[in-house]
Amino acid sequence: MSLQPFTQVSGQAAPLLAANVDTDVIMPKQFLKGIDRKGLDRGLFFDLRFLPDGTPNPQFVLNQPAWQRAGFLVVGPNFGCGSSREHAVWGLQQLGIRALIGSSFAGIFFDNCQRNGVLLITLEEAQVQRIGRLVGQPETARISIDLETQQIGLADGSVIDFQIDGLRKTSLLLGLDAIGSTLQRREQIKDFERQHLVNNPWLS
Amino acid sequence: MTARTLYDKHIDSHTVCRLDDQGHVLLYIDRQVINEYTSPQAFSGLREAGRGVWRPETALAVVDHVNPTTPLRVAAMPDAGGARQVSYLAENCRDFGIELLDILDKRQGIEHVIAPEQGFILPGMVIAAGDSHTTTYGALGAFGFGIGTSEIEHLLASQTLVYKRLKSMRVTVDGELAAGLTSKDLIMALIGQIGASGATGYAIEFCGSTIDALSVEARMTICNMAVEAGARGAFMAPDDKVFAYLKGKPRAPTGDLWERGLQQWCDLRSDPGALFDREIHLDAHLLEPMVTWGTSPDQAAPIGARVPDPQAINDPILRQDMRRALNYMGLEAGMPLSEIVISHAFIGSCTNARIEDLRDAARVVRGQQVAEHVRAMIVPGSSEVRAQAEAEGLARIFIEAGFEWRQSGCSMCLAMNDDVLAPGDRCASSTNRNFEGRQGAGARTHLMSPAMVAAAAISGRLTDIRHFGVRP
Repeated sequence: MSLQPFTQVSGQAAPLLAANVDTDVIMPKQFLKGIDRKGLDRGLFFDLRFLPDGTPNPQFVLNQPAWQRAGFLVVGPNFGCGSSREHAVWGLQQLGIRALIGSSFAGIFFDNCQRNGVLLITLEEAQVQRIGRLVGQPETARISIDLETQQIGLADGSVIDFQIDGLRKTSLLLGLDAIGSTLQRREQIKDFERQHLVNNPWLS
Repeated sequence: MTARTLYDKHIDSHTVCRLDDQGHVLLYIDRQVINEYTSPQAFSGLREAGRGVWRPETALAVVDHVNPTTPLRVAAMPDAGGARQVSYLAENCRDFGIELLDILDKRQGIEHVIAPEQGFILPGMVIAAGDSHTTTYGALGAFGFGIGTSEIEHLLASQTLVYKRLKSMRVTVDGELAAGLTSKDLIMALIGQIGASGATGYAIEFCGSTIDALSVEARMTICNMAVEAGARGAFMAPDDKVFAYLKGKPRAPTGDLWERGLQQWCDLRSDPGALFDREIHLDAHLLEPMVTWGTSPDQAAPIGARVPDPQAINDPILRQDMRRALNYMGLEAGMPLSEIVISHAFIGSCTNARIEDLRDAARVVRGQQVAEHVRAMIVPGSSEVRAQAEAEGLARIFIEAGFEWRQSGCSMCLAMNDDVLAPGDRCASSTNRNFEGRQGAGARTHLMSPAMVAAAAISGRLTDIRHFGVRP
């Protein structure tokens, strides 16, 4: 399966700056009972987005007019911690989130985003806070991200550079299918495996 | 040759090839364990692309997350979603040739309990699986880590993952644990000290006299919960206890193969002088029984402490997080933790529902009664643990004390099945995550050791096990 390439994307960014937002909060258990990826936009941040009677919670940032169609989230440290459920990333995608900006992300969540073409940008916490304050104002909520030049353009005219591994960058830019790329090394894997099983015969 | 850490050895011995000069490698994976809820889309991906499974015999599938734990085991799932996941898992295992331990299998249980129990995990193996607590296997001298569904698909198709080398952390624990303290208190204290992202980007090697003295099962609790500090892998060098634990397990090698394995496994340790990116030392004899008061596993304190006061925190972000946590938990700053009254007690999960955990809890419970206002449940980590606990007479102790004695599964650790708390319920829990809504929307979780849960169930509030008067 090839992914939607990430090149240059602009849109509203929503601040969600609490620390340790876990994948149980991003995608609660009642939305994990499918065998496909459908309908997860409804579950995203469910207990924060909806009141007990099922109506949207007007206090939650993604329900407010300026951020309703946000394409980006600016998040607190250790975002995505906890469970390995990829449903959290599928839900973000289905709600139109293309990239997240934060100071640290949990490891499995990080990989899950990468495999789905969602860009994670890691910056110093002070920079994240500054961006969060800026996009927290409706009139300066819009940002643009250029993956090729590795730059974030903010509404106040400033530009922030970010780092990303070459390998990750290429696969996001091209929307590469990781499995297809790996299986091009089929013979190399087979050679390794043969020797590995000779060295460790109890693994056969 | 430069001195290498055990982590280096695990990764070097499984590197098919380097992919760049920034630490990315194609990593060969020896084993994976598959469950019904994170695997369906991976199998669908294989089907859509017309791909097969590289080595089906290296995978073992089990139903654990969605099944009911009602005392009488039945094959039928009570809800349509769970039923669909279980039947699709069976279909996938049949079509792709993967062994499945289904709900009626005597070996069924929580994946991280049954995989070691069956001898499916051996020292030196690298294991990846679609569950974050795959770190558990590090207690056997293996290297395990959790992955998402896309990675499960990648692994099924190629037996490999595109992997980026982690930094290494060594946690050295020395000294004797006081009576009543367990490895759960140790790992909770570490998480409290370094924070919920204190080990993000790291693999942790645990060592020291305290770790050496722990049983293999107690070590599993540590490796299991290291992921709550962000570690993407946690392990100990395998020792004689590990080899004794594995010997004779159903899938462990025998005869000459066992001897050859043993020879190599003895070398699985960090070289003298190997350098770690971060070193942490803990004094075991300073530890006290730990409980969480908040909604992140690092929001923990010794049972003798009080609920912390947000106003004493300088960092505005931390202060805000603490306020939010206390508000969710319905707690007042300054209140003694030992005065927190519970409505539920739960002993279960891949962290703490093995036979030793149940023995610990039974010692506390024997001859006593669960407090009138408490619903107390025991969900053994596997069907074999359940059978053994019944054979040892532990089940009777629990039942006579007023605990529900249930079938195995993940159950109320994450409440994907029908074991769900109601809003406002407050649970003393031997599990691993106290996140908002984890055990049910609006429900409140206090993490602690199984013995501490047992004591809380009896007294009806959080209780210091050291003052509970456990008879030997």
